[in-house]
Amino acid sequence: MSKRITIDPITRLEGHGKIEIFLDNHKDVERVYFQVPELRGFEKFCEGRAAEEMPTLTQKICGVCPTAHHTASSKALDALFGVEPPPAAKKLRELMYNAFMFEDHLLHFYFLGGPDFIVGPMAPRAQRNILGVIDKVGVEMGKKVIDIRKRVRGVNALVGGSALYPVCGLPGGVSKAMTEEERAQIQVVTKDAVEFAKLTLNIFDDVVLNHKGLAKWLTSDVFSLKTYYMGLVDDHDKVNFYDGKLRVVDPNGREFVKFEAKDYLEHLEERVEPWSYQKILYLKNVGWKGFIDGQDSGVFRVAPLARLNASEGMATPLAQAEYEKMFHALGGKPVHNTLAYHWARLIEVLYAAERMDELARDEELTSPHIRNLPHQTPREGVGVCEAPRGTLFHHYETDEKAIVEKLNLLVATQNNAAAICMSVEKAARAAIKGGDISNGKLNVVEMAFRAYDPCLACATHCLPGKKATDGPCL
Amino acid sequence: MKGFEPKIIGFLCNWCSYEGADAAGRARKAYPANLRVLRVMCSGRVDPQFILEAFKEGADGVMILGCHPGDCHYKEGNLQTLKRYYVLKRVLSTLGIEEDRLRLDWISAGEGDKFVQVVSEMTERMRQLGPLPR
Amino acid sequence: MTGKPKIALYWCSSCGGCEESVIDLAEDLLTVTAAVDIVFWPVALDFKYKDVVAMNDGEITATLINGAIRMGEQEHMAKMLRKKSRLVIAHGSCAHLGGVVGLANFYRREDLLSRLYQEVPTINNPQGILPQLETIESGRKVKLPDFHDTVKTLDQVVEVDYTIPGCPPTPELIKEAMMMVLEDRLPPRGSVLAEKKALCDTCPRRDSKPDKLRITEFKRVYETEWDPEKCFLAEGIICLGPATRGGCNARCINANMPCRGCFGPTDDVRDQGAKSSSFLASIIDVTDKEALKKIVDAIPDPGGLFYRYGLASSILKGKMTRGRS
Ligand code: SF4
Ligand code: SF4
Ligand code: SF4
Ligand code: FES
Repeated sequence: MSKRITIDPITRLEGHGKIEIFLDNHKDVERVYFQVPELRGFEKFCEGRAAEEMPTLTQKICGVCPTAHHTASSKALDALFGVEPPPAAKKLRELMYNAFMFEDHLLHFYFLGGPDFIVGPMAPRAQRNILGVIDKVGVEMGKKVIDIRKRVRGVNALVGGSALYPVCGLPGGVSKAMTEEERAQIQVVTKDAVEFAKLTLNIFDDVVLNHKGLAKWLTSDVFSLKTYYMGLVDDHDKVNFYDGKLRVVDPNGREFVKFEAKDYLEHLEERVEPWSYQKILYLKNVGWKGFIDGQDSGVFRVAPLARLNASEGMATPLAQAEYEKMFHALGGKPVHNTLAYHWARLIEVLYAAERMDELARDEELTSPHIRNLPHQTPREGVGVCEAPRGTLFHHYETDEKAIVEKLNLLVATQNNAAAICMSVEKAARAAIKGGDISNGKLNVVEMAFRAYDPCLACATHCLPGKKATDGPCL
Repeated sequence: MKGFEPKIIGFLCNWCSYEGADAAGRARKAYPANLRVLRVMCSGRVDPQFILEAFKEGADGVMILGCHPGDCHYKEGNLQTLKRYYVLKRVLSTLGIEEDRLRLDWISAGEGDKFVQVVSEMTERMRQLGPLPR
Repeated sequence: MTGKPKIALYWCSSCGGCEESVIDLAEDLLTVTAAVDIVFWPVALDFKYKDVVAMNDGEITATLINGAIRMGEQEHMAKMLRKKSRLVIAHGSCAHLGGVVGLANFYRREDLLSRLYQEVPTINNPQGILPQLETIESGRKVKLPDFHDTVKTLDQVVEVDYTIPGCPPTPELIKEAMMMVLEDRLPPRGSVLAEKKALCDTCPRRDSKPDKLRITEFKRVYETEWDPEKCFLAEGIICLGPATRGGCNARCINANMPCRGCFGPTDDVRDQGAKSSSFLASIIDVTDKEALKKIVDAIPDPGGLFYRYGLASSILKGKMTRGRS
């Protein structure tokens, strides 16, 4: 009987999770199970519901990335009813979307994943949290974090109705136009948001890049996986959160495929294991080879680092400069080190702020023409966007009265499921030797998943593993 | 469904339908014993919550019997009921309760025969549908 | 140890939005955390399960639990936290009424599992494998918690002292509830800590709501445009404001969308769907059977709409055939 270490619940992440670590006779790590003991079943119980309710219904999958579900769903409705939103509506949606990416990424850096760096992974656990962060960066800075998040969430509320759960999405547009007065208000916020993003990157420089131990981790093999990467890109292959084509690059950074959301079934596939509630996504045309990385394995990654790896840059100037800086510092594209997710996330924060600012300056934003009414009989539609935690697909089929008959959802964290399990196990093997499991060591194991900022509420369930005969694995 | 005796709850308005039931009784007309009668002042008083409670508490079918349109002692109580009945039937079907398990009918004080006929039909229909699964 | 009141926050079958709403207290969160000791809060703090096990019964002043109860583990945690806490507060629609996840009660457990793991178009599962409660690999036993047949509300599993309604509750309501606990000024046990009146009473559009609504057609939001100043019902668009508790600051209405009932029913209503059915029926201005049928048939998915947040707490709790295999 092997010795077992349980981390339950895993903390500072969205959703339920548990890690089971089995030790061998030498008290080294034999096997790790990353479990998520939850399941809700939106894919079934949304059947029978009215299509126009989907944006507000499906976003209850996740209270951390509701705007992502709302947006993917609104876009799926555009496709379902065959109606293009007018330019102002698209811009309002994109503004709301970038406001959301900004505050959600910041939440992760300051509240969830960042404390490991800012306070330190080995710090006493009562301090590894936002309160510890405030101690470290100072109350003034702490207040700034809180203030900017609140104001940017105010932008969300202005467009979407509620800071957390937008309700504005309709097929062919949005429900509410913006006034010039509101636009003027927003411009003040977006300008400050850009400054704040720069400040946050400076903090990252200070506490991580200038810290010998942490900088070493950023390039350490313990946190590295050579996988494929996927992300949404615009016509110039620049990162875009709201719209574009999906681009996949291989572990050497070469374009593997580029496809439109509506063709997702040709490229992505999921598998089930008897010991796993979560489905594991992989690249269909590479195939599932187990929990292994490399060119021959269909394991791929999504979310900040993956988006940067899968693109040719950022569409805004300041973020582009930071993009170049990161890849230069980490030895060129693609970067395989999982902890670089934290860095990439902050570059995205800067992009989101700059993009919000661009949009806030756009006069078309206040056009009263915010909806096109659909005229087509609904049948089927796919919508996609880049959630903070990766690519998100919504796919609906309805009857001619727009009652949903079938739906399929591929949620962000599910794309990363295999990689998260592999990363956690790799970290555990390196951190735990001879049964030494002081608190800090176990937290290092948790850091491996936190880099991905996983959302297990979205992923509903995950207990990846592998048959013993397949060799060492999760 | 062999040996199955459906339980039916009937909400009968005091002024017409209850009288109709009484008339049937006085005339010694037999009607199925499956019906348990609840007297209400007006069919308009039958809150949809009562109907759900009835199904929850074991009814296989629920009937609401009221005055004919125009005869309601509270003017429009029965017409409100009619509208609620249509909406509620649709809600019930999403809850897995076949539409026929809820029936609305108008019975006046003199319509003892109609009362017997309506109750018999309902009982027969419930026999066909079988017990409401719980 | 400080002598501050101890507070715990936990999530069951939830989306995390209720937790975000706590974080959205923004600077007030600092005020609250200065006044209390948060002893368990997995989303933000590193305390673990065993830390809770080690606490004395009644040691926690108040625990806020969000999310419905679907998994065996959630029921277990709710019961344990109940024992350790003097007050248990249901936090948000899911804990209060079952919430959106409660819509799963329209289906059987098996239907959910087979759709998810065997039928969706992306799945590659030729053997039809389903997750198992217990897996043994080379002597290593790994368990998954039980996935119950029915979604339950928190008060169907443990005694609940107070409820903060909403999906999610507004940060102001959460703060007010915390302050009530801290300042020891709670209303009678069992209260829902929000407005007593219906949403319509505080809706910015209430002045355009006619005293007597007369509807001859229900329109769906995707096929129609409406006056952004007028009451939705007056425009023929279904709004659940009349059957919903107020207190949300009319969030949806202010974004020019109708209410979907997340604050649950008012105190005098037992079943939100039944209440919505009867108010909606009452405003239809037709009694001719054919016309009536046509109007009512045009309401899309009335069951899913009226029970959007309250199916698990309704009188029938979900689909009658649910438990039948
Ligand atoms: S009540 Fe709403 S916000 Fe809260 S957990 Fe449930 S779905 Fe999420
Ligand atoms: S029905 Fe809706 S729009 Fe009309 S007053 Fe009530 S809440 Fe406001
Ligand atoms: S308007 Fe209705 S659905 Fe919207 S937040 Fe308020 S109570 Fe909830
Ligand atoms: S009094 Fe008989 S239905 Fe109203």
